[in-house]
Amino acid sequence: MMNGLLGRASTIGLSAAILAGWSVTAAAEEIIQIDGSSTVFPIAEAVAEEFQIANPSIRVTVGLSGTGGGFKKFCRGETDISNASRPIKASEMSECAAAGISYVEMPVAFDALTVVVNPQNTWAETMTVEQLKTIWEPGAEGKVMAWNQVDASYPSDPLVLFAPGTDSGTFEYFTEAVNGKARASRADFTASEDDNTLVQGVAQEKGGIGYFGLAYFTANADRLKAVKIVNPQGEAVEPSKATVESGTYVPLARPIFSYVRVDALDKPAVAQFVEFYLANAGKLSEEVGYVALPAEAYAKAQEHVNARRAGTVFGGANKIGIPIMDVVNAEASSTPTE
Amino acid sequence: MSEVAAVTFNLKQVRSKLAGRKRADRLYVLVGLSATVLGMITLGALIGSLVIDGSERFSYEFFTNFPSRFPARAGILSAWVGSLLILVVTALIGIPLGVASGIYLEEYAPKNIFTSIIEINVNNLAGVPSIVFGLLALGLFVYVFGLGKSILTGGLTLALLILPVIIVATREAVRAIPPSIREAAYAVGATKWQMIYDHVLPYASAGVLTGTIIGLGRALGETAPLITIGALTFIAYLPAAPLQLEWPFLNFEWLLAGFTVLPIQTYNWTSRPEPAFQANAAAAAFTLLMTTLTINLTAIIFRYRLRRRIKW
Repeated sequence: MMNGLLGRASTIGLSAAILAGWSVTAAAEEIIQIDGSSTVFPIAEAVAEEFQIANPSIRVTVGLSGTGGGFKKFCRGETDISNASRPIKASEMSECAAAGISYVEMPVAFDALTVVVNPQNTWAETMTVEQLKTIWEPGAEGKVMAWNQVDASYPSDPLVLFAPGTDSGTFEYFTEAVNGKARASRADFTASEDDNTLVQGVAQEKGGIGYFGLAYFTANADRLKAVKIVNPQGEAVEPSKATVESGTYVPLARPIFSYVRVDALDKPAVAQFVEFYLANAGKLSEEVGYVALPAEAYAKAQEHVNARRAGTVFGGANKIGIPIMDVVNAEASSTPTE
Repeated sequence: MSEVAAVTFNLKQVRSKLAGRKRADRLYVLVGLSATVLGMITLGALIGSLVIDGSERFSYEFFTNFPSRFPARAGILSAWVGSLLILVVTALIGIPLGVASGIYLEEYAPKNIFTSIIEINVNNLAGVPSIVFGLLALGLFVYVFGLGKSILTGGLTLALLILPVIIVATREAVRAIPPSIREAAYAVGATKWQMIYDHVLPYASAGVLTGTIIGLGRALGETAPLITIGALTFIAYLPAAPLQLEWPFLNFEWLLAGFTVLPIQTYNWTSRPEPAFQANAAAAAFTLLMTTLTINLTAIIFRYRLRRRIKW
């Protein structure tokens, strides 16, 4: 056969390459399965990366199925830890309860939802939540199409809307905080699960407006402009680490979470990972563009983990604008309120 | 006299028509050429932009590092190993099944309604969007068979995906063998299987191989069905090696390990906020493109060599 030599040489080469790149081990390693929100993903990924450098024998996979998709797998018992950009919902609590899965809720960082406009937009430096509602509420669909309909002092440039897809926790949080009801939104906007698409869109449209996590704004600050949001005290506040920490960027600053299965904590690898997570989440979340919680919040979360305190403090609904220390100190429950 | 006039008149007409046809001929050459050039320019521009964007990332470490939150430290080790292992599983399952089905349908199957239905289905399957295969795999392999989001699941999914391509290629290659070859084999007393194994298959192998390799090239670039089964993950480890130093030397644990592949790693990087990750995505996409081109080139070389051996 003519290809014999060629074939054999390439087979040998390939086998050698595989063997060279591979540690020949026979022992089975422990695997920690993490899935959930794509917002929390960069933090969990950074923690997983550092953890595996420190503990090479433990393997960690981090998926990004979205908050809802993550909880589906979590409540089926497929994952050890579920990331969420909003608290667990009542329907998900019942699903987990039905499967006999209990969990410890751990806030891991703050995210500041950032409303962005085009740099050529000179009029909307500051906006109120009511103005945002005028733009985004379900009734605005097909009606509010130009900026001067939002405020008479604005020019008549057309409004071009960009927002995360309806499966994302970011969409749920924004609609809840702005329109008063989770998932209630006009539908005539360009939706994308990929935040870079939203960045591109707003950067190219003079009348563009969109919202997403602070990390994407920070990375693209040269081609976008963040809108200052008027908080309930009447101050116009720009999204930043300082305003989130001081608790003045309200209502668009939100805590983001990881939920760990109580029975998974009995596995030494998972317990070790969670401890590493809470000890490093502050530093690593800042590194990937989020805002760290105060140190006591992480310490308190570790106490909850040690005590296996199951359930959520949110009772299955989202609550906007609760100070983080109140969140970690509140009573947890595994059954939805009401 | 009037007849002569009519003939000359017709001759004129014929000449002008002929000239028109020649113009149409030249026009077609122009259209065909520009269509080809357009495709080549697009591919060239794509490769060029990938090289320019990704050039800063190409290094030995890019191929030996795991993904990382630091763009400069992030590499494609788990992705290319994953792609390779998935491809091995896909080939081991897809090729025997596809070739056997192709031969059965072409040589053995009786022509009746049942086989016609199978035939229509196979042809339709080739046009089914790949995400549908992903949904099927999620329901069947991940949940019913409980295989999880493993290399085995990924390989099975992609094997299903390329099965129609292999079947169709096999059938066409087998059909192209002249009946005289078969009759000659029967004439010297060969059974049907002997005829197929000793004559039809060797002569058809060039076509089968080409179809197979093109199918594998497609499998290598697939993202949607693998994301559906849950492969969009951060994985910074390799599955257990298939070879080990202790008895029995082979280890099949890797089949059930989680994985990521090159197109998924690329997709993951394009959706990161830091612009520096776009360079990683370009470098990974370039690697994928070059691997696919190499695979297709291998197909062309194999076909050429195998065809040269055949002498009827």
